[in-house]
Amino acid sequence: MQPAFSVIFLTTLIGMGQGLFLALYTGQVYFVLNVVDIASTDVFYSIGSAVSIVLLILGLVASVFHLGRPERAWRAASMWRTSWLSREVIILPIAMALISLYGMVHFMGWNLSVMTIGAVVIELSLIIGLLATIAVFSLFIATGMIYACLKFLQEWHSPLTVINYILLGSVSGFTLATLIAAYKQPELIPFFAGWSIVLLVLAFIFRGASLIRNKRLRPKSTVQTAIGIRHNQIKQKSMGFMGGSVNTRDFFHGKTAFFLRSVKNIFIIMVFAIPLTLLISALIKPSVMILAIATASMYVGLLAERWYFFAEGNHPQNIYYQTIA
Amino acid sequence: MTQLALVIDLNVCVGCHACVTNCKEWNTSGSAGALSDDNPYGKDPTGTFFNRVQTYEVGQFPKTETVHFPKSCLHCEDPPCVPVCPTGASYKRKEDGIVLVDYDKCIGCRYCSWACPYGAREIDEHQKVMKKCTLCVDRIYDENLPEAERQPACVLACPTTARIFGDVHDPDSVVSVAIRELGGYQLMPEWGTKPSNHYLPRRKNHVSYKKDELERVDNPLKKEDYQVDASEPSLDDVTSW
Repeated sequence: MQPAFSVIFLTTLIGMGQGLFLALYTGQVYFVLNVVDIASTDVFYSIGSAVSIVLLILGLVASVFHLGRPERAWRAASMWRTSWLSREVIILPIAMALISLYGMVHFMGWNLSVMTIGAVVIELSLIIGLLATIAVFSLFIATGMIYACLKFLQEWHSPLTVINYILLGSVSGFTLATLIAAYKQPELIPFFAGWSIVLLVLAFIFRGASLIRNKRLRPKSTVQTAIGIRHNQIKQKSMGFMGGSVNTRDFFHGKTAFFLRSVKNIFIIMVFAIPLTLLISALIKPSVMILAIATASMYVGLLAERWYFFAEGNHPQNIYYQTIA
Repeated sequence: MTQLALVIDLNVCVGCHACVTNCKEWNTSGSAGALSDDNPYGKDPTGTFFNRVQTYEVGQFPKTETVHFPKSCLHCEDPPCVPVCPTGASYKRKEDGIVLVDYDKCIGCRYCSWACPYGAREIDEHQKVMKKCTLCVDRIYDENLPEAERQPACVLACPTTARIFGDVHDPDSVVSVAIRELGGYQLMPEWGTKPSNHYLPRRKNHVSYKKDELERVDNPLKKEDYQVDASEPSLDDVTSW
């Protein structure tokens, strides 16, 4: 496929925003359940939620550039029964509203305790956070399923696509949370950096699995099935036109195999190798600078990762557009 | 239930592109507005087309055959492009099975074109909405036209009758008979889209004779015309030429 930068920015930005919220909420749940004894401050929650919301809004803005008729975008909420894209369009504002509310409750000090179960005090933000977590995971699933549900795009048609959207979004958000912690509450660094490393390893395993899977794929459609002629040697002599068309522009990245391989190597280094090294070093010697570099490297790496994800999708319609004349 | 569709006979298509030009002409002149055409005579011409004729070479020289292959929307019975549409702009008509796009609802997100394995959908770069073959829905029901002309533009243009139009769910229609009797098939059956348009394969008709069918064995006198009455003298017997 031809990667669209609007969609690359949309998926990476909202992924990071969702991951950042999950990081904040994980910290809160761990403290409530007494797994860790350091509570994040309300300032930390407020800043974290605000950054998460900004990322989600930026993603939404990027998505508008993908539409031919953005003024009609509201119509996209109508077909949620069948379309994952429609479901994403509905869940995204719900998640944004819940995360905003979560941040507001912390910022305004409305965080009243609602009830007490045993020794555990359930605060208002914990309930809102739970709802927001459900929304965030639904959003991850909807985003991943937009691609995973297209069965003839064999590279995407796999549960690994959804898993990778969840893991890569989460790890970038947790890394960003580590950076924010380094600014505002350095005692939280070990918690977030530790989680980031765990997620990074998981994401590496599952992204690697998808790379290996896709390398071994054999296309189900061939020129024989495409035109229905049973002969082993079929060559296209003309695609029917000598100029360009949507078919020749939208479905192929137009880059060399070497370029593709380079992008893959770049994202493996920038998403996994560099942040892993820097996160481990931040565990030993916390530094805002190091974590800023780790976050930046991861985000830029994720842009390359997403570009590669789209470029790797091999659309069967390309079989019909192999030779100009 | 009706399912209108085209049956395309690869045995007689000569690759003249008349269907392509007539399709373009009809669909760029309709009430939905022009079909994009940028730099038609310039360096990088580009535009939106609903129908194309491609050419394939089958076999290895000198034992090759040239196959001209027209391709347009196949109006699938289970169209993968319809359920993915977030706005409902993309739909399949219940009454005749034509897959259409409501140009007033489409937001131009291109998701349906990703979801079509055949590459049948093209975005109009000027109107910014997705467009595709309508099976000339604005022709085939037009009662102002003579009945013989209520057919898709591509069908009317074809000089060799390589394109037949009709209801593939009616077993007695000309398209159904052609599919049944001439080995009609669907494209990319592996994705379960059940295209309504069918293609008829190349056919060569050979008549095979056995030797005894040409030369009679039950003719001991080796006379071909055994019906001649031997009791009467023949012309050869009574005259000397």
